[in-house]
Amino acid sequence: MRSRPLVSILRWVVLLLFALVCAFPFAWAAFTMFKSNDDLYTVGHVPFFYNSPPTLDNLRVLLTETAFGTFVVNSVEIGVIVVILTLLASVPAAYAIARLTGQWGGKLAMLIFIIYLVPPTLLFLPLSRVVADLGLQDSIWSLVLVYPTLTAPFSTWLLVGFFRTVPRDIEEQAMVDGYSRVGAVVRTVLPLAVPGILTVVIFTFALTMNDFIYAVAFISTSSQMTVSAGVPTELIRGDVFFWQSLMAATVLVAVPVALAYNLFLDRFVKGLALGGVKG
Amino acid sequence: MSAPPATRGTVIVEESVRVHHLLDRDSVLGPVLLAPLMIYLAALVGVPLVTVFVYAFSDATTGSESFSFVGLETFQRTLADPVFQGAIRNTIVFTVLSQIIVIVLATILGFVMSADFKGKWIVRFLILLPWTTPVALSALAWLWMLDSLFSPFNWILGQLHAVPIGTPVAWLGENNLAVGSVVALQAWRTMPLAAVILMAGLTSIPPELNEQAEVDGAGFWRRLFDITFPLLAPIMMVAILFGIVATFTDMAAVYILTHGGPGNATQVLASWSFYTGIQGGSLAQGAAIGVFMFPVLVGVCILMLRRASGVEVT
Repeated sequence: MRSRPLVSILRWVVLLLFALVCAFPFAWAAFTMFKSNDDLYTVGHVPFFYNSPPTLDNLRVLLTETAFGTFVVNSVEIGVIVVILTLLASVPAAYAIARLTGQWGGKLAMLIFIIYLVPPTLLFLPLSRVVADLGLQDSIWSLVLVYPTLTAPFSTWLLVGFFRTVPRDIEEQAMVDGYSRVGAVVRTVLPLAVPGILTVVIFTFALTMNDFIYAVAFISTSSQMTVSAGVPTELIRGDVFFWQSLMAATVLVAVPVALAYNLFLDRFVKGLALGGVKG
Repeated sequence: MSAPPATRGTVIVEESVRVHHLLDRDSVLGPVLLAPLMIYLAALVGVPLVTVFVYAFSDATTGSESFSFVGLETFQRTLADPVFQGAIRNTIVFTVLSQIIVIVLATILGFVMSADFKGKWIVRFLILLPWTTPVALSALAWLWMLDSLFSPFNWILGQLHAVPIGTPVAWLGENNLAVGSVVALQAWRTMPLAAVILMAGLTSIPPELNEQAEVDGAGFWRRLFDITFPLLAPIMMVAILFGIVATFTDMAAVYILTHGGPGNATQVLASWSFYTGIQGGSLAQGAAIGVFMFPVLVGVCILMLRRASGVEVT
């Protein structure tokens, strides 16, 4: 595309408009989190200024006087365990689909994608019974049990695409050299697939952070809650909203997650295209 | 994981040779590698999916383990419930309206983002925030942004004398405004992914096509409608199908932003199923409500399958 000045000015105007609309709720949250109560809750104050000096008090309250820290620890713990379980299940399965199943490969990839489309909002009722029967309600292990249903199909689907981009010759050469199929894959294919696997790690983790319905359906004890479920339910007591602390929690989660996404976005999109195009 | 022979040609213990030989056969190794995933998914997606339908034809509650089948009684009760009727209408309205907005905005955004420019990284970071942030938290940010007393929009409207100062606009307290707010939230949070997917589609169109057409005298609009859009259509469909699934089956946005209110004006299938099944304790009725999401999901699957098998989809 040749750049004429008018075109590039127009592009910037459009981009800034989009950025404003997309980021405004977070900018507003970040602005709010430093406001003192007097400033925030006085009707008539201009909301776009700090009418009293900004304060870190709300952040301190969030971090020291609420269960937010516990939520973060729970979310990270669940995320890490689910990432490991997801990789253990989906790396072998994706390799099998990409290489070993012949003409069935495409059909299996499609089946797994369809499983990914089955929404939690349809499954949460029977799964809440399963969780209760196993005695896992009110425990983070209930979420460890069910989150791979969200993450494993999608990860497998992405990984199939990544494995298909690794040339077959590489592992075949290793097999000629005397390695078993599994040994050859571990030594040659997996190292080449590391960027793809890292992408899956990030998106698996993000998917576990994003869940809301399972977390609120299975868990009602504050000490076991995740960020997504805990912040909107536990930090709002009755009708009392601690808005600055709530907004601080939102910003503290949104920014790191978005940074992680941005690092891996190109690869993720490539994975989507690979999986999507080849089915 | 099996270890490779330490040196080539070393004699290995007989048993492990047999295992190796078996695992070296693709027809054995393939199913072995697939088994853990497939068994897990069958147990925790397949079985529950069947169970939802079983519940929907029963009188199951969260309180007791046993239940009996009641035929279509649960469905009849569900269908007669005005809240359910509203929920199914809202689910469709929210999905259709938000995804129409997404198609238009994501296409524009995809176009402007596909070019290279300085500062792209930060712009992309800001634009992706609605998609990357857990929906429960971004809905919370919206809840504050739309607060009836302290919303910045209310203040601006007041200053412009569009509304009398001191009379708050109840963004979430008045039926039409609440519906609009939920549609806006859903469009806002699904738009970035659609734009990213479209951007990938745009960059995959060979530039020679457009250059050749330009040489042949085709103007900008002609090239847009005759080359770019047709080539973009398949990937645009993937983007929209993702958006449809995300909006149609979501309960968090409604649950946090409006609790389904005011009254039940913004109740959707997923949220009503949650309120009925978990908070109301009626597994049967919660399941019967959720089951109505199924036809749309099957439709999305069929479209995906047709796309994958290369059938022309219009």
